[in-house]
Amino acid sequence: MAELTAVVGIGQTHHKAKRIDVSQAGLIREAAERALEDAQCTWKDIDAVVIGKAPDMFEGIMMPELFLNDAIGGAYKPMIRVHTAGSVGGSTGVVAASLVQAGIHERVLCVAYEKQSESNATWALTISMPFAVATVVGAGGYFAPLVRGYIARSDCPEDVGIKVAVKDRLNALKNPYAHLHMEDITEDMVRESPMLWDPIRYLETCPSSDGACAMVMTTEKLAEACKNPAWIHATEMRSEPTMFSGRDQVMPQASLDNAAALYKKAGISNPRKEIDCAEIYVPFAWFEPMWMEGMLISERNKGWEMTLSGATALDGDFPVNMSGGVLSSNPIGASGLLRFAEAALQVRGMAGDHQIDGAKRALGHAYGGGSQYFSTWIVGSQKP
Amino acid sequence: MSDEAKDDVVKVIRTPVQLDYNYSAGRSASRFLRSIKEGKLIGQRCPVDGRVYFPSRGSCPQHGVPIEGEPVELVDRGTLVTFSIVRIPAESVPLEIPFVTIQVLLDGADTILMHLLGNCDLEKVHMGMRLKARWKPKEEWEESVANIIYFEPLDEPDADYDSYKEHI
Amino acid sequence: MRDVAVVGFAQSQSKRREVNLNDTEIVIPVIHELKKGKNLKNEDMDFVCSGSSDYLAGAPFAFVMGLDAVGAWPPVCESHVEMDGAWALYEAWAKIQMGYAEVALVYGFGKPSMGDLPLTMALQLDPYTQTPLWPDAISMAALQARICLEAGVLTDRDMAECASRDRRNAKDNPYAQVKGDFSIEQILADPYLVNPLRKHDCSPISDGASAVLLVAGDRAKDYCDRPAWIKGIEHICEPLDLNVRDLTRSRSTEIAAEKAGVGNAKVDVAELASPFSHQEVLLERALGLGADTNVNPSGGAMAGNPMMAVGLSRIGEAARRIWDGSAGRAVAHATSGPCLQQNLVCVLEGN
Repeated sequence: MAELTAVVGIGQTHHKAKRIDVSQAGLIREAAERALEDAQCTWKDIDAVVIGKAPDMFEGIMMPELFLNDAIGGAYKPMIRVHTAGSVGGSTGVVAASLVQAGIHERVLCVAYEKQSESNATWALTISMPFAVATVVGAGGYFAPLVRGYIARSDCPEDVGIKVAVKDRLNALKNPYAHLHMEDITEDMVRESPMLWDPIRYLETCPSSDGACAMVMTTEKLAEACKNPAWIHATEMRSEPTMFSGRDQVMPQASLDNAAALYKKAGISNPRKEIDCAEIYVPFAWFEPMWMEGMLISERNKGWEMTLSGATALDGDFPVNMSGGVLSSNPIGASGLLRFAEAALQVRGMAGDHQIDGAKRALGHAYGGGSQYFSTWIVGSQKP
Repeated sequence: MSDEAKDDVVKVIRTPVQLDYNYSAGRSASRFLRSIKEGKLIGQRCPVDGRVYFPSRGSCPQHGVPIEGEPVELVDRGTLVTFSIVRIPAESVPLEIPFVTIQVLLDGADTILMHLLGNCDLEKVHMGMRLKARWKPKEEWEESVANIIYFEPLDEPDADYDSYKEHI
Repeated sequence: MRDVAVVGFAQSQSKRREVNLNDTEIVIPVIHELKKGKNLKNEDMDFVCSGSSDYLAGAPFAFVMGLDAVGAWPPVCESHVEMDGAWALYEAWAKIQMGYAEVALVYGFGKPSMGDLPLTMALQLDPYTQTPLWPDAISMAALQARICLEAGVLTDRDMAECASRDRRNAKDNPYAQVKGDFSIEQILADPYLVNPLRKHDCSPISDGASAVLLVAGDRAKDYCDRPAWIKGIEHICEPLDLNVRDLTRSRSTEIAAEKAGVGNAKVDVAELASPFSHQEVLLERALGLGADTNVNPSGGAMAGNPMMAVGLSRIGEAARRIWDGSAGRAVAHATSGPCLQQNLVCVLEGN
């Protein structure tokens, strides 16, 4: 019943710790203009705008989309603001796609961004609420115990995180938009970096970035006239509560359910074989093996073997985070959409130096909250 | 516009924001907070599966039903489920870095509590260790989980992995 | 387009200050009532969508606790907008249109009493040029009212008429917060709060939540004898800056109303989420409502304004008039941003 929909335009900013050269409006416009240029259309051609970002407190503005909307041609058009925690970038893509898939609009522009330098994200994440003891310092403090849980369960070597951290930073060297370009990165350098949230080392964490990502999605008919559309084969979202008795925080059911539903819709029975590459939300290096399992790509407790065997490297049989991933650029609200965008760039054959030869089907993935929000999509070079 | 003029942009303005909020603890949290002021730890049972939520809360997140009925009193000891050693200072945490944040499963509870570990060598911290609460002096007790300064090791054998693994 | 109907609605009592409950506890009974009333199990819901604001809650990720109220287990297909629940309903409606869902639960909640709402709303403005001046929400609305009065598009009597009507209508609404008989003369004799707005020209600050159930096609009849079918739903956003907008009309509402087909037939009932009386006058005009439309039988937002839920509640209130047969065709409205910046219009019909 859903209208076939495709990504025909993709744009992103150069991600940096501080983009003080532009305002928030300038930042999202930079990404949006690139997406429009890629889609070979103008502001006028856009029917509706979907804006996503993580908590408003990251910039200190309540519903910033209200003042940003006209900077991306949204004046007198429908505009929706999505916020689903860290997965929001992915959800923004899913919502934008649904407006075309539903037959409501012909061309939708979605933009996701974060300009963390205009406020203080770790502060915003650590607001001391009454009635509770604040024991969690930043996102790392939340996820480190889960990583420890994964290591204990899977009985894996302790250098898996180090390998992921190096691999993604090397991939980022091929991506001109990436925030971190660490020419001299080595395993020793990661190993010797400070243990911030044991077992998570400094270089196993993502940076804090300013940046934006934009995409233009359109109908089958209009996409056919565009160069290399990325056809949307399936989208999926799942959420579960933060805490309940017996919740598996390391391998949440919402992740497993999301993966199973996504593959079913996309007609995929063996994801490891049938998907050519994946951009996965990995803000802390250990989440690569964890989500290989959480996305049913690897057997349970064996995800780390994919990392160690080199399967997830650019030249491996299942490349992961070709762009350098969240570990190399993390404008939080945009991070999910960047994953979705990289998947689309790959199947369009437009990923530049980090292109996987002949990528026909790719997975984009985002998660958020306490590993409880998931949004994903499968895009392909061919129609489904 | 010349490049020079382009560079001549205002790069930073400061707008201090101060907003004050008055939070309501809500019904079930109030019961919990009143109890902890007396040094008692109160949990509540989910009416669907009987599992004990600690601290007590308004609803069962799994079943979406209000949690009402008699509270369950818990002891101030439990098992360390998982942890992290933190080397970033935090104003809200009363311990020097490095400090240990933990998830502790109190005996008789079916949910984990996030708290701090104290009085323990960093090399000795491990999953499954048995812990007890270190309370503030009674005269300092307030309506706050911070009445427990931290948890500290208990001289008992480690808990069996199977006894807490579903809470990781 | 698929036939989609509003078949269920629950709301909390609007209160100036809900001291006993936190924001999650305000939502829990509302969702519970809706699910119980419709015998709805989690496995029946294909999609869940909510609307709320972190700045009202004073904490990031405040919406996450809403999942507890839903009892999101097994995991649910779910999304959230940092907008009024009416836009969450729009997202859910789109999901049904694309065939992703048949049954969708939508909710919105807000507890603005925790903070200083008019001041907090200053954070909605341009952060570089406007917020540093801290113009509060009532002053912003007063600027608009002044422009309208000076331009002669409305009088303070028009405004008082709206306020008087809404508060009178609210007497029949057990969930309303501000109700009673206030004559136009009485209202006009009141002192100004923020000139030219009097207290009665302003909606109250309210804590509250609401939830709506959407169902597609024939299955709607399983949940409701006379479903309220969504015949049109559109929303439009204007620029934020007041100086580039015509503040004497609501252009975005006009466009949305035109696209949603409001004017295609008689409107029996209209439910407006207007936070200020002069805006209600502008909205009635933008929607083309005449004397034959019963405006705000519930009292509208002027009688209870739980931000982030109030627009969704208007859709629920309008649907209720369809269910009970008192209206054949109803229009609901939601708004966001200063001076009616963004507006949503939803047309509901019984047939």
